[in-house]
Amino acid sequence: MKNSAQDDVRVGVFICDCGSNIAGYLEMKELVEFAKTLPNVAFVQENLYTCSEGGINEIKVAIPRENLNRVVVASCTPRTHEPLFMSACEEAGLNPYLFEMANIRDQCSWVHMREREAGTNRAKVQIAMAVAKAAKLRELNRIQLSLSHRAMVIGGGVAGMSAALALANMGYEVDLVEKRDRLGGILNDLNMILPTHEPPDKLVNNLVGRLQDHPKVAIHTGAVVTKTEGYVGNYVATIQHNDTENKIKCGAVIVAIGAQPLKPEGLYNYDGNKVITHIELESKLKLGDVQAKNISIIQCVGSRSKERTYCSRICCMTAVKNAILFKEASPDTKITIFYRDMQMYGVENEELFRKSKRLGVRYVTYDPDRPPRFDGESVSVYHLRMGRDMIVPTDLLVLSTPLVAQDDASEISTMLKVPINENGFFLEGHVKLKPLDFATDGVYLCGNARFPSTIREAISQGLGAASRAAGVLSKEALFTSGIVADINPDTCCGCLGCVAVCPYGAINFIENRGVCQVNKVLCKGCGGCAATCPSGSARLDGFSNQQIYAQIEQAMAV
Amino acid sequence: MSEEFDPKIVAFACNWCSYAGADLAGVGRMQYPPSIRLIRLMCSGMLVPSYILRAFEKGADGVLVTG
Repeated sequence: MKNSAQDDVRVGVFICDCGSNIAGYLEMKELVEFAKTLPNVAFVQENLYTCSEGGINEIKVAIPRENLNRVVVASCTPRTHEPLFMSACEEAGLNPYLFEMANIRDQCSWVHMREREAGTNRAKVQIAMAVAKAAKLRELNRIQLSLSHRAMVIGGGVAGMSAALALANMGYEVDLVEKRDRLGGILNDLNMILPTHEPPDKLVNNLVGRLQDHPKVAIHTGAVVTKTEGYVGNYVATIQHNDTENKIKCGAVIVAIGAQPLKPEGLYNYDGNKVITHIELESKLKLGDVQAKNISIIQCVGSRSKERTYCSRICCMTAVKNAILFKEASPDTKITIFYRDMQMYGVENEELFRKSKRLGVRYVTYDPDRPPRFDGESVSVYHLRMGRDMIVPTDLLVLSTPLVAQDDASEISTMLKVPINENGFFLEGHVKLKPLDFATDGVYLCGNARFPSTIREAISQGLGAASRAAGVLSKEALFTSGIVADINPDTCCGCLGCVAVCPYGAINFIENRGVCQVNKVLCKGCGGCAATCPSGSARLDGFSNQQIYAQIEQAMAV
Repeated sequence: MSEEFDPKIVAFACNWCSYAGADLAGVGRMQYPPSIRLIRLMCSGMLVPSYILRAFEKGADGVLVTG
């Protein structure tokens, strides 16, 4: 018998023609004969299409008939077909993780189309590597978990309220936690909202009313989340309200903590009276408390600077909106907007911009290297287009300052183990593929906590985050992948190296035992911990050192 | 065989990016020399330096780490 063969390992190799995609470029008979010579291989079969119903059936029939305990399919790519072949194994009673693929189409026949002999040789090597790895595979299990079908939304602004209401309407219990005494967030400070030109109270009252009347919603105002433990499907959050603490169970968490306007201390003699921010202007307008006749508005105060490089996105349209309100209330009010670039994206905003010009709002471009100055009576600035200094008498100066991160953003980021960027805004899992998710499962984000957004965007994101959360909450049970890390507690020295590299916050340090432990629900199977572990205690199941060494050896043996 | 140097190169590829890239090269029928033996990892971050050493020890002429 074969020397290096492990007696109890019987590998079945299924080699796919993929019609002519593989068979047209490689010597299939040669591959079949070669596979038969490999250690541990008990059975080899060529299929026209292994992924067809017939091909799958042949795997399922061969496993019991040939007494196979490992299966290798040499065909296309595991990225598309591994799940199909794994479930074929499972249906035949074989643990699906005792399966391995050799990629001889996408990474062989298709890229060596003019080198039949050398291409066939590479296919042999890849099959030998797959067989060698397969021989060392172990049974792995997916863990099944129960979950809580309740959600927690942190932040009761328009984004959080929209998310909470959407989830409640889908039938899930929701805890809405707001640190202020009333729901509504920054909308409570505003005067008139775009593009409907309505007071925000109408929107806020509508949402609050529907939330209060909803039997599935528990509103916690004046409350903060002080602690969260657990993982997707099974969080336990501690909510503190005055001196009482409540623990709630939830399956998903939505971060909707919003943002706050920057107070421009030290800029343009800001005093909150004659020199105010645009959000303070909104509050004054709401009270009908503005008598000024010469109003200057300066854009990009404290943003797009060295300290804060980002554009806050909402200030241009806010300035234009308020300029129009002034002009419509009293046409002889003189309004000058000092700007760097007007960001009026979207059809309605473009129209608003034109309307403000028709009404006589003056626009003056300034150079950030020569910003406007305010002496208490007038704004003087170098007019970039006219190429000379100009002086604008001013009895109210409005500073368009950016929205900045909430003071507790970093605390919440640490608590939920989700990242924030250099400006303190929460960082989504992927800018395009996961815009409302975090890399950590079960935690989602929306609204200004993510980045300054319009009300419409905040609502859309709230609804989006709710539907992402519902993707988890709607499940009967959660399954983990079998490809996850594990740490041997007997050899782990508790150096925390793995904790530091894990991007998913999936490793905990068990203090009383002095060892690290993988949370298999959160683990995404990247194996970073295994590569980092100095004692070799951490390993990635399905990609162990022994399995990869076996592949390396075979890569050189043929 | 010919006297031309025919190297053996062991390539490590991340499942989520470069392994997908290698698949895409196939879908696009981009041709390259068959000197490569590719090993799929779940992340290039799981590559232990000893994998590279082992490949050289076993006679690899080159090691390619992609991710």
